[in-house]
This record gives sequence, structure tokens and C-alpha cells, in this order.
Amino acid sequence: MENINKNLQSDATVKEGKLSTKERLQIKRHEMPMQDPQERIKNFNEVPFGYSPEEAIEEAKRCIQCKSEVPECVKGCPVNIDILGFINLIEKGDFLAAAKKIKETNSLPAICGRVCPQEDQCEKLCVIGRRKDTPSVAIGNLERFVADYKAKYGNLHFEVNSFINPGKNKKVAIVGGGPAGLATAGDLRKMGYGVTIYEALHEIGGVLMYGIPEFRLPKDILLRELQILKDMGVEVITNAVVGKTVTVDELLNKKGYSAVFIGTGAGTPKFLNIPGEELNGVYSANEFLTRVNLMRAYNKNEYDTPIKSCGNTFVVFGAGNTAMDAVRTALRLGYHDARIFYRRSRKEMTARLEEIHHAEQEGVKFDFLVNPVRFIGDENQNVKQVECLKMELGEPDESGRRRPVPIKGSEFTTDIEGAVIAIGTNANPIVPQSTPGMELNKWGYIIANEETGKTTKKGVFAGGDIVTGAATVILAMGAGKKAAASIDEYLKIGIW
Amino acid sequence: MYEIIEKKNLGEGMNVYKINVPDVAAKARPGQFVVLRVHEKGERIPITIAGNDEINGSITILVQTVGKTTHLLSELSAGNKLADVVGPLGIPSEIDNFGTVICMGGGFGIAALHPIAKALKEHGNHIISIIGARRKDLLLMESEMKEASSELLVATDDGSYGAKGFVTDVLKKLVVDNKRIINRVIAIGPVPMMKAVSDFTKSYNIKTIVSLNPIMIDGSGMCGACRVLVGGKTKFACVDGPDFDAHEVDFENLVNRQRFYKEEEKAAYECHMKQHHSNM
Ligand SMILES: Cc1cc2nc3c(=O)[nH]c(=O)nc-3n(C[C@H](O)[C@H](O)[C@H](O)COP(=O)(O)OP(=O)(O)OC[C@H]3O[C@@H](n4cnc5c(N)ncnc54)[C@H](O)[C@@H]3O)c2cc1C
Ligand SMILES: Cc1cc2nc3c(=O)[nH]c(=O)nc-3n(C[C@H](O)[C@H](O)[C@H](O)COP(=O)(O)OP(=O)(O)OC[C@H]3O[C@@H](n4cnc5c(N)ncnc54)[C@H](O)[C@@H]3O)c2cc1C
Ligand code: SF4
Ligand code: SF4
Ligand code: FES
Repeated sequence: MENINKNLQSDATVKEGKLSTKERLQIKRHEMPMQDPQERIKNFNEVPFGYSPEEAIEEAKRCIQCKSEVPECVKGCPVNIDILGFINLIEKGDFLAAAKKIKETNSLPAICGRVCPQEDQCEKLCVIGRRKDTPSVAIGNLERFVADYKAKYGNLHFEVNSFINPGKNKKVAIVGGGPAGLATAGDLRKMGYGVTIYEALHEIGGVLMYGIPEFRLPKDILLRELQILKDMGVEVITNAVVGKTVTVDELLNKKGYSAVFIGTGAGTPKFLNIPGEELNGVYSANEFLTRVNLMRAYNKNEYDTPIKSCGNTFVVFGAGNTAMDAVRTALRLGYHDARIFYRRSRKEMTARLEEIHHAEQEGVKFDFLVNPVRFIGDENQNVKQVECLKMELGEPDESGRRRPVPIKGSEFTTDIEGAVIAIGTNANPIVPQSTPGMELNKWGYIIANEETGKTTKKGVFAGGDIVTGAATVILAMGAGKKAAASIDEYLKIGIW
Repeated sequence: MYEIIEKKNLGEGMNVYKINVPDVAAKARPGQFVVLRVHEKGERIPITIAGNDEINGSITILVQTVGKTTHLLSELSAGNKLADVVGPLGIPSEIDNFGTVICMGGGFGIAALHPIAKALKEHGNHIISIIGARRKDLLLMESEMKEASSELLVATDDGSYGAKGFVTDVLKKLVVDNKRIINRVIAIGPVPMMKAVSDFTKSYNIKTIVSLNPIMIDGSGMCGACRVLVGGKTKFACVDGPDFDAHEVDFENLVNRQRFYKEEEKAAYECHMKQHHSNM
């Protein structure tokens, strides 16, 4: 590998500086090599293979090296990664330096490269993408590439330890091991604080562990990132439901933590509240995905968790990432006809573009402007049909999207063997109910300052989905980083 | 942590364990449960906390062997460790001075009932406990229940001890024949038993609390697997319960949901037993 690396490097150096903007603009975007759709629906392996070093360098050359003080792409990244900087280093073939550059601001690049909705963030603002006919630089793919490269060839351990400033004797408790909690923990540990993550489940990672499937984010990659945190000295206590096993007040007053960060996510599933929803075979997205991911039901030979795993038609209601994950999981479990039913139109789908494309390639069918009214069961109370109404788009609602309205008399039924409700989540009540003095908004989410993460309770900070409602991995991490900075300030000056 | 410090077989696939989990032991209140995993690749199963010893940092659980996970658990002995134990989960049972309270238990439900009866008695209630089993030798926790109650009544299916028949027969006799004034009934056990109690007390308008045991995964409100219909509304047994007003509960739905994975569970159990026996 060393040799290949050197070759690439010299090759790139020769060309470096010589490429004109025009030449750069002529290079085509490198699409990710990936598993064939017909093959991949038979397994849970990751869909894209990732760039080769050559492809990464070629893709990096597409960046026209914007001269503005802050390039547009960086403005689109919630944690402001020095995108231009790391892409430059890739072009030079110095992948390890590129990885280091990203790590300055983002502790989980292998994950963000895979799951960020890039088309709405960094790649949306990339100046090339805003031109007609030239797609933006594949920033996410490149980020993923360097993170994976680094994991393979870099020395993770040494560098991580070199970050840590020893000598701060205060400790902070992090409630919830999802992206928000992990980002806060990583930053505080680097500053030298003692950090303990309290996690309700038997594994940390939050949605990354229990929600996002193996074919999109392999567990090995997540475990690798989590191991780095542990190597940095972050203490992890699993099987600890804060509010039950230990309360926030006890963490502050009895267990000796100087501050607490709450990052418990938006984890309670919403239901449609229609008749028949309690039938067997109708799942919340969280149950379905948790069985398959956290409990590894896809690996039947080794794990004990049961899941119904074959049948004909499986319908998923919703159009976000969760819905795409559920429908593609159903295909892989063995349902022949996996469909999305969505009450709005294609335009309003909130899932990452790539997931929608992948689902289409895999043969998922999309039915738009349909809304379920009831589920119908067989004599054993297993779901066998769903009755829906067709919708049309009416006047715009508060969100500015045209409101779907039912068309009278348009009822139709579809035979199904399974269904997932993926229409969003509510705030989990356990921590709020057990934490007096911490105010919530009308939806039950914790009120916290957007810049500092401070809640209305002294010493308690919060961020991620439990503050914003369901959002994204990188926003949760961004909130965690801001909170870490303000926790540091609070612990230094001691004033709330 | 999670070490089994004591195990006793009570016959008929019923085992009682003391498990070292200081955090849970320090917090557990009557009516709460834990979720445990026996091994690293195992299922998460919910089990009621039958007792806790804060000083030793241990909890007591009674587990009936019904399928693969409970069978794996039954193969462990003192000194072995469980992969995970999390708790105490669920809302503790309502403990107050209600007056005369009937506590009814069947099977492992008696274990769940015991700390509740004890706490209610300490709060000045007159506790009439009715516990049942198929035969005398299968009756669980008789002496413990006796101590936790003001009166203890026993029913066995074959009449080998106490009254012949079901616990519900004893209840009916108390209410109908003896005209006892009852302020509250608490029933914990198999669903058919809880339903029978509920149907009866409904006609006499006696407030009745049952502890529901749907299939669970996380036990903390995240997955929605444990949803039950109460008063026509969807509730999550793990965070809104497990105790609910019996007269509002849709028991039929509960039974249906409990058996959803029956085939898969049966296959897993048979496969496990086959391997188990071929290894012996
Ligand atoms: C199926 C699915 C797919 C998604 N796909 C994408 C995607 O492709 N891209 C993207 O950007 N975003 C995606 N999202 C959204 C993204 O995952 C979330 O916005 C993000 O995970 C929020 O992070 P968080 O740290 O706030 O919470 P979470 O990830 O929810 O983590 C919260 C953690 O806190 C723990 N916890 C909860 N209560 C307690 C308690 N009382 N005590 C201790 N611990 C507790 C939970 O067990 C969990 O581990 C997806 C979400 C889902 C559900
Ligand atoms: C709040 C609560 C408290 C409980 N307390 C006790 C107790 O104190 N002692 C005791 O012996 N049992 C208790 N149970 C029941 C116990 O959880 C099940 O017997 C156990 O999960 C069976 O697992 P298995 O793999 O051995 O059997 P399986 O063959 O998997 O299942 C047998 C039956 O058990 C039920 N079950 C299976 N998996 C689960 C699950 N993950 N969660 C809940 N039920 C499931 C189903 O109805 C199933 O049909 C309780 C259940 C709940 C919800
Ligand atoms: S973290 Fe996400 S938004 Fe930021 S550069 Fe990476 S992929 Fe883009
Ligand atoms: S906006 Fe696009 S072209 Fe400009 S620096 Fe960023 S990635 Fe490169
Ligand atoms: S067990 Fe998952 S929500 Fe209750």
C-alpha cells in the first residue's frame, strides 16, 4: 500500500496546480461503485463499496478550490469542516493528513460521510453543483473515503491520545450514547474532563446502532468509532436508564458530576391512531428496525431475536430515512413486494436522495397521495389488508407544503402481510418526568439555548433530537460540540 | 455485576434467583421490572422484581421456563453472570391506604404480587391474598405471602390444598357469599386469570389493577412493541404501566399480541433443545 500511495502522490503532485478551473469542471463526478441491486437485496452488506484511492484523487480534482474566505460548501456543513482543506490533501494523495483535518471538527467522519443528507448541506451549496450540468463535488463520498482509509492504514490510537489535555479534575455525565452524546463526550474528553456516558440500551450509538441498518452503516464502522472514544478514556455505562436507574439530580448531587448533558433523542414512536393498528404484523419503525439492527435479527443463525421474515406484500407508511430503511430491510428479509405509501407527493419526501434512488433500484414501489384509514385482520388477528384513501394536494399548510386532502369515495384496499408506521417520533418522557426544574416546550422536548445547550436547570445541558425533535446525525453532533464548549466555559468560570 | 448469587429450583420449571445489581436494588419499588439478556446474542426479556436487598445490592426474580431464553437462564447457576440487567423499569404500583385490598396471584405473578402486598400492608391496608396453583406442591411463596397479608386464601385446581377450583372462585365467594366490602383488587398472573377477575369485579364495580406483560424489547418507551389498548387508547406498558385499570384493558388484544412470534419462538426452542440434548 505504501508504494501505491507514493505513486499516487507523485502522480498528483505532477498535475497539481496545472489543472485549470476549466479542466477541473470537465471531470465527471465519480459515482460510487456499488453492489448490484438484485444481489444486494439478498444480503445486509453495505451497498456502496467506497472509492479507490485513484477515484478519490480524481474526484478531489473536481473541486475548483474556491478562493472566498469561507467556501460555500463549508457554510452548508453544520460543523463547518474545512472541506476545501481536506479535499486539497486528498488531491495531493495525503489521505492521512486529510483525515486529520476532518477530525479537527468532526469526530465521526466515517459515519457522516455515509449518512449526512449531503444534497441539503455541504453539496447543496457547492458552487459547482449550483451550475447547470455540473453536479457538486462528492464531498460525502470523499469524507467517507478518508475516514475508511485512515481506519485501515492510520495509527488511530496514538493520534487520539495526543489530543487529550490532562489535568482537569472535573467530570461530566452524558445521558444517551447517540451522536449528540458521543460528540459532547469526545470534545470534553479532549479538553481533559472525565466523561461518563450513561446509556439505556446494552450498546451505545443511539439511532446509529438501533435504527440505521447494516447495509447503510455497517456496525463494524460504528464499533470502530466507539472504540476510539473508549480508548480516549470515555467511560461507558450501558443498561442505565437515566430517570430510573439513576436521576439527573443524583448525577449532579450524589455521583459527583459537575455538569450533565442530555442527549436522549426523540425516541418514542408515533402511531396513526387508526383502527386495527394493534394487529400483529403492524410495527412501529423503531420496533422493526431495533429487532433487525440492535438485536441482529437478520443474523438468524447466531442471534435469538424473532422476526417474521417472508411474505408477499409489506407496506411502509412514511417518506423519511426511517421509512426507506424499513422498506429496504423488508425486502432483504424476504418480502417480495415492498412498498412505500405516502400521503403527500414525491417532492415532499424527506429521505436522503441516495436512499430513495437505492430503494428504487432495488424495486421498492412508491405510491403517493394515499393515506391509510384502517388495518383489517384475519381470524388470528394478523394483519391481512389495509384500507386507504386517495388524496389530492390542497392549499399550503403551516409548513408551506400543500396539504393533502382526502378524495371522497376513493377508498381502496391492498392485501398485505406486514406494515411499518414510520411517521415520526415524540419525546421520550422518562428523563423530563424525573428532572424537576427543567422546562419543556409544548411538544415535550427540552428547552435549551441553541448556542450553548443550556437548559433552564443549572448545570444541565441538552442537545440533539430531544431538543429539536427528529433531525439529523450531524445536527445532533453539532449541538453536542456547542454544548461541550459551553460546558467547558461553565466549569471554568462557575457562573451559570 | 449481574452475577447470579443464589439460585433455587422450585419445581415445574420455576426458578428463583438472586442477582447482584446494586443500582437496581437501591431503587426498585413494588411493581417494577428489569429487562435482562442471558448472553451476548440473546433476547431482551422483561422479568418482574420480586424483591430487593439494598444492603447486599441484589434483587430476587422468579422465572418460569417457557421458551429458549428462559430455558437458557434455567441452565445457569450461582456464580454465572448475565449479559445485561437493566432497571428498575415501569411505574411503581400505587401504594396508599385504600382499606381492604384483595391481592390475587397465579404462577410467577405471585412473585410480582408479594412486594406489592407487603407495601400495602405496611400502609395500613387489610390485605386478603388469594393465591393458586394446580397442586399443593406447586404453590409458590406461601409463607412469604402469609406474612405479607392479613388473611391468606389458597385455591388448587385439584383441591389438594385450600379450596378446590380457581382463585376467581375464592374471590366470588368472598364478594358474593360473604358480602365482604372490598375497596380494591390487584390481580397479577396469566392473562386468562386477570381477565376473569376483571370481568367479575367489573360487574361489582370494584376497582381492579392488573399488571400487563406484553412482548417488550427496550422497556423504556423506544420501540412501541409493548403497546396495549387501554380505554381504547394505545399505551406503552413499559412506561405507562405495567399496572393498568383492569376494566379498561383490551385483554383479547393483549393475548393476540403476545402470541405473534409463537412459531418463531417454538422453532428457536426446539432447535435449542435439540442441540442441547445432542451435546449431552
Ligand atoms: C431509522 C432512522 C434513520 C435515520 N437516517 C438518518 C440519516 O441517514 N442521516 C441523518 O443525518 N439522520 C438520520 N436519522 C436521524 C438521526 O439518526 C437522528 O437525528 C440522530 O441520531 C439524533 O441523535 P441524538 O444523539 O439526539 O439521539 P439518538 O440517536 O436517538 O440517541 C439517543 C440515545 O439516548 C439513549 N437514551 C434515551 N433515553 C435514555 C435515558 N433515559 N437514559 C439513558 N440513555 C437514554 C438512547 O438509547 C439512545 O442511545 C435517522 C433516524 C432514524 C430513526
Ligand atoms: C412486565 C413483565 C414482567 C414479567 N415478569 C415475569 C416474571 O417475573 N417471571 C417470569 O417467568 N416471566 C415474566 N414475564 C414474562 C417473560 O418475559 C416471558 O416469559 C419471557 O420473555 C419468555 O421468553 P422465552 O424466550 O423463554 O420464551 P419464548 O418462547 O420466546 O416466548 C414464550 C412467550 O413469552 C412471551 N414473550 C416472549 N418474548 C417476550 C419478550 N421479549 N417480552 C415479553 N414477553 C415475551 C410471549 O408471549 C411468548 O409467546 C414478564 C413479562 C413482562 C412484560
Ligand atoms: S459532515 Fe456532513 S455536511 Fe459536513 S461535510 Fe461531511 S457530509 Fe457534508
Ligand atoms: S464549494 Fe465546491 S468547489 Fe468550492 S471549495 Fe467547496 S467543494 Fe470545492
Ligand atoms: S418495550 Fe419498547 S416501548 Fe415498551
